[in-house]
Amino acid sequence: MLVWFLDPELLLIVGVSLKVSCIATILAAGIGVPMGFFIAFADLPGKRGVIIILNTLLALPTVVIGLFVYSFISRQSLLGSLDLLYTQTAMVIGQLILIIPVVTALTIAAVNRVDERFRRTAMTLGANTLQTAMVIFREARFGIGAAVIAAFGRVISEVGISMMLGGNIKGFTRTMTTAMALEYDKGSFVLAVALGLVLMSLSLAMNVFFHLCQGAVENQ
Amino acid sequence: MKKGEKIQKLFKLVLVAAVMLSLPIYYCHGAEDATIKMSTTSSTQASGLLDILIPAFFTDTGIRVKVIAKGTGAAIRDGMDGNVDLIFVHARTREEKFVSQGFGTRRYPVMHNDFVILGPKADPAGVMGTESVVDALKKIAHSKSLFVSRGDDSGTHTKEQLLWKETDLPLITMVTMDKQTLAPADSANWYLSVGQGMGKTLTFAHEKQTYTLSDRGTYIKYRFGREIPIDLHIVCEGDPSLANPYGVIPVNPKKFPHVRYEAARQFARWITSPRGQQLIAEYRLLGKQLFYPDATED
Repeated sequence: MLVWFLDPELLLIVGVSLKVSCIATILAAGIGVPMGFFIAFADLPGKRGVIIILNTLLALPTVVIGLFVYSFISRQSLLGSLDLLYTQTAMVIGQLILIIPVVTALTIAAVNRVDERFRRTAMTLGANTLQTAMVIFREARFGIGAAVIAAFGRVISEVGISMMLGGNIKGFTRTMTTAMALEYDKGSFVLAVALGLVLMSLSLAMNVFFHLCQGAVENQ
Repeated sequence: MKKGEKIQKLFKLVLVAAVMLSLPIYYCHGAEDATIKMSTTSSTQASGLLDILIPAFFTDTGIRVKVIAKGTGAAIRDGMDGNVDLIFVHARTREEKFVSQGFGTRRYPVMHNDFVILGPKADPAGVMGTESVVDALKKIAHSKSLFVSRGDDSGTHTKEQLLWKETDLPLITMVTMDKQTLAPADSANWYLSVGQGMGKTLTFAHEKQTYTLSDRGTYIKYRFGREIPIDLHIVCEGDPSLANPYGVIPVNPKKFPHVRYEAARQFARWITSPRGQQLIAEYRLLGKQLFYPDATED
């Protein structure tokens, strides 16, 4: 039973899943966290509207994102000449659209939870915007970490975008979820369940790791 | 510092972070020069045939083929949009249209297998042993026995609609967006269109114990290749109308200058060469031959 664990094909599938999900998560964190800070700090006139739109985007179905991106990168359309369809890049783009709202919305929530006095104190002590942001970031780091973990969980478990934009190409864009869909289609439930277990174990490992980091920092 | 400056500064920060973090995205692109993309029908992949053909082709030519398995309709669509370099599908009339409209250069006949009508052991419509597929479908329709349709615009679905047309039963045309679908009239209670691939449709038919149309390869796999075989039986087979030919068509470089036509044509020639044809003829799934080579020498 343990043999399939070392199966090179399975490892490749897990590798593709991890690579795509990690890139998407890192990029989404790089864009979403600053955006969350910006929205939380800025006195924009339409701030409430922006937050409502962000929260709506949290419910965006993956097939809608898949279709949307597809209509831009399909050969006949605007960005067709970039040859993006059925590549890992296309999957990353779709997944970014999926999780940037997740990271942003949860970052806003985490920042808003930080006591307003931190900000005022920092400003009073002569901190500039960047320094103030760093103070808030320090206080909100667990919330932001949780936002990133949630985003990672969303992309590694998603199947619609990967299937539509990646095409489930063996060795290139076949991820754990699209492989599971294929195995189910083929009627081989054992491998599908095995892949599901790998996916759950990975998520568990990620969360345990995060939890331990959090504990280590708090004990300092 | 004024508020405007602050916002500007923050914005710049966001921009720099975004650009810097976007850089690794370009590393996703590997060397893909000797690689072609092929959209194909799920049956060629699910049967395991491509797992033999694709590595052999790579050994012979050094060209890698990326396979995107979908229904025939979606695969043809990929070709019409220029998203792939060639298609490998099974819907003769639609393939010929694809070529005549200039999307493909020519159709290379590759192989065939056949469709079968499956049903539950109890055989409520009394179809078992019926030789003519038209009679078989009429019996199912008259007895209003449950029948599951792929309903996904695939090659099998295309075939099924052609077969219903041959029966002279009253049909209704359903129009969804720009697609027309034929189904027997007055069939709301017994004709179930599930919109799924062959595998899922077979599982559905097995669970609900209904009749359905399947390609023989997928049926063999589900009947003999699983620990718990599906409890469906062939009730009609061998009618010439049930033939299921597969063809390969390179996408036309005149229509889409970017396609890797030379490599795609090489694949089409290779698969129709004695070497490719022999691999197809020798392929066995659970001891049964699934596909019969079709290529005629030029």
